[in-house]
Amino acid sequence: MGGAQRGVSGIHKITRFPTEGLSTRISGTVDFIEIPAENAVERSYAMARETTLEALAQAGLSGDFNGPLFLAAPPIEPEWNARFELADRAPASERPGDAYNRFLAAMRQKADPVFHEAVLFGSISERLADRFGTRGLPVTLSTACASGATAIQLGVEAIRQGRTDRALTVATDGSVSAEALIRFSLLSALSTQNDPPEKASKPFTKDRDGFVIAEGAATLVLESLEAAIARGARIYGILKGCGEKADLFHRTRSSPDGGPAIATIRAALADAGIDETGIGYINAHGTSTPENDKMEYLSMSAVFGERLPSIPVSSNKSMIGHTLTAAGAVEAVFSIQTMLTGTLPPTINYQNPDPAIVLDVVPNAKRSQQVTAVLSNSFGFGGQNASLVMTAEPA
Amino acid sequence: MSKSANDVVITGVGIVTSQGVGAEPHVALLNAVEPPKARVETERFAPYPVHPLPEIDWSQQIAKRGDQRQMENWQRLGVFAAGLALDDAGLKDNLEACGSMDMIVAAGGGERDINVDSLIVDEGLKRNDREQLLNEKLTTELRPTLFLAQLSNLLAGNISIVHKVTGSSRTFMGEEAAGISAIETAFARIKAGQSTHTLVGGAFSAERLDILLLIEAIQGHALGEWHPIWSRKRGNGGGMILGSVGAFLVLESRQYAEARGARIYATIDAIEGDRGSREDGRLEARLRDLARPAAELEPQSTVVFSGTSGFHDLAQREKAFLDTELSGRPVRAYGGLVGHGIEAQFPVGMAFAALSIGHAAKVPPFDPAEAPMTAPARAAIVTTIGHARGEGIAVLSAE
Repeated sequence: MGGAQRGVSGIHKITRFPTEGLSTRISGTVDFIEIPAENAVERSYAMARETTLEALAQAGLSGDFNGPLFLAAPPIEPEWNARFELADRAPASERPGDAYNRFLAAMRQKADPVFHEAVLFGSISERLADRFGTRGLPVTLSTACASGATAIQLGVEAIRQGRTDRALTVATDGSVSAEALIRFSLLSALSTQNDPPEKASKPFTKDRDGFVIAEGAATLVLESLEAAIARGARIYGILKGCGEKADLFHRTRSSPDGGPAIATIRAALADAGIDETGIGYINAHGTSTPENDKMEYLSMSAVFGERLPSIPVSSNKSMIGHTLTAAGAVEAVFSIQTMLTGTLPPTINYQNPDPAIVLDVVPNAKRSQQVTAVLSNSFGFGGQNASLVMTAEPA
Repeated sequence: MSKSANDVVITGVGIVTSQGVGAEPHVALLNAVEPPKARVETERFAPYPVHPLPEIDWSQQIAKRGDQRQMENWQRLGVFAAGLALDDAGLKDNLEACGSMDMIVAAGGGERDINVDSLIVDEGLKRNDREQLLNEKLTTELRPTLFLAQLSNLLAGNISIVHKVTGSSRTFMGEEAAGISAIETAFARIKAGQSTHTLVGGAFSAERLDILLLIEAIQGHALGEWHPIWSRKRGNGGGMILGSVGAFLVLESRQYAEARGARIYATIDAIEGDRGSREDGRLEARLRDLARPAAELEPQSTVVFSGTSGFHDLAQREKAFLDTELSGRPVRAYGGLVGHGIEAQFPVGMAFAALSIGHAAKVPPFDPAEAPMTAPARAAIVTTIGHARGEGIAVLSAE
């Protein structure tokens, strides 16, 4: 967080797997966390555990959490090394395309409960629930790149329903692998400007050419204001409003008129009970893909009108890349930090502005400025749109 | 129970199982005198039996060939079942209602490309630079659009595209628990006035080697021929037979449903999920808590749709629980009839329950171990105990 607030990039060359022959060879992988086995479940869990420990410590909570858990987690598939290991112990091929028949024969010979657990979508929330003593059935969710925001939204809803005074909302993504990278590459979604890595993610510029895939996690402890005040908790910010609206235009592209994204932002403002003049800073989705940044600008223009150029709008993806499932929650943390520290995080690599996108992107360097209400946007494949409005703690 | 504006009512059921497409064949089997006969495919994936899809004309619910081609069977089945539910609720093509309709989908992941995976592991057996091989083959062999057919949240995405459901779109993952949480969350939102109408459900394709592998990793499949679910033998595999199923419900607040004159199948009185250690009777203790809202229902007109996976220990423990804690209520283990549907398992049970209550069915036994019903169904209890974790129980009653 410290580095990103100051405008330092965390994007680097990929070392987790060979990248020879790949068009994208950079990422924001998290390689500094110790895990017992190299797979997406272990990495996603470890990051979620660490951010949750930090969040609970900040909240001054210990012992069983005793509220529901909402976890945004990446869709999991077996790792390739697991498939290769199965092939090694399986009978020989009898015809092309029979690998899974052989895998099945190998499993009939000898079961592999570790394989089973490693490909269950519920395995990360299971471990978090046990570790932190959450209550009830945890929700593991995916709304693609809006997942982190959706987890927070579910927590807000549960508290408003009166089902609970507190909710643990966690988003994590440790799923960068060769296949994940190649899949996004095949959809032409990733930046291929590999050199230097820290310059590749450049939201809202003319030469932006795709996002930089990354990993990360964030945890927010949500409480009803009443309960937080009653226990004398330190309040970091208020989750004031949530909005969402699905898009039916296309599997990966947004409606050209920005309609659903506009409706999403307006819904979040309405839910927060403030109008567009109340927003002092926007933490953009800002992926650095040609399509997203254009559409997001169009949507923000429709909502904020002539005032938009005077509202600072920055994308922390310029520094940490796109943490996919985790992004919405990571960016909610940035948004709250912005209010707490009175520092707007910059959009770095803003050397060549897109003339069609007229924004104050807090270019290249952080800025001291106090804001009291922030909008954070998240958009994803599959027509997913979610926005959050956060405000500073009332004095 | 007294009625209120935010009661959660079921007004649409979309169901596809090996028994047929839509409410009609399922209502027929629920109303039949004779026990239904399971449809099982034992050859195609031998030694693993599966309950296969019935014959489906996809274009009935997915009009555009282009849309059909963008999906594999798991997503197609979900989109199809969702369309059936909207049709059944009288909301299909109601752009205003669908445009403000919330949606929660319980989803796993989509189909792997078995040929590409085979090609890679076969080549890998001959080479020691497997990671380099992966880069070469994945770059050249993966179909770009297959990624979208595999992504969990693209089932919901395709429902938005095909049926124009766009109020909101959320995808829950995590095997059986996903289906329980999806309905629990939709219920809680409507109850609290956060939503007026929600499409909720899931789909599961059993006819996939990559999914069979998931369960065989713990040797969970019953092998060979089909046997009734309450009496599968330990010497014959793990007890589970997967089934291709899709089930979606349209849930509405009573006020919203009544304002548009919708037909109401049933009210959901309660639905809750939980999890935790299953040692030392703790599973039973949780089930007891979850089943508490069912206590007041008259036993002989209450049908229990058990979603047991067929796993020997879990099935035995659930049966013992039902026999003692919910005695006198006829049990129907629907997984024995249509197969286990993982994420869709609980939604399938909810669909059976809604149809039974809505049609006041005297549901025939699905299994030789089950007692006949002596009165038409006025209420239902739906159970699902996850094959690895998580449990949920819903209680439904007639209008």
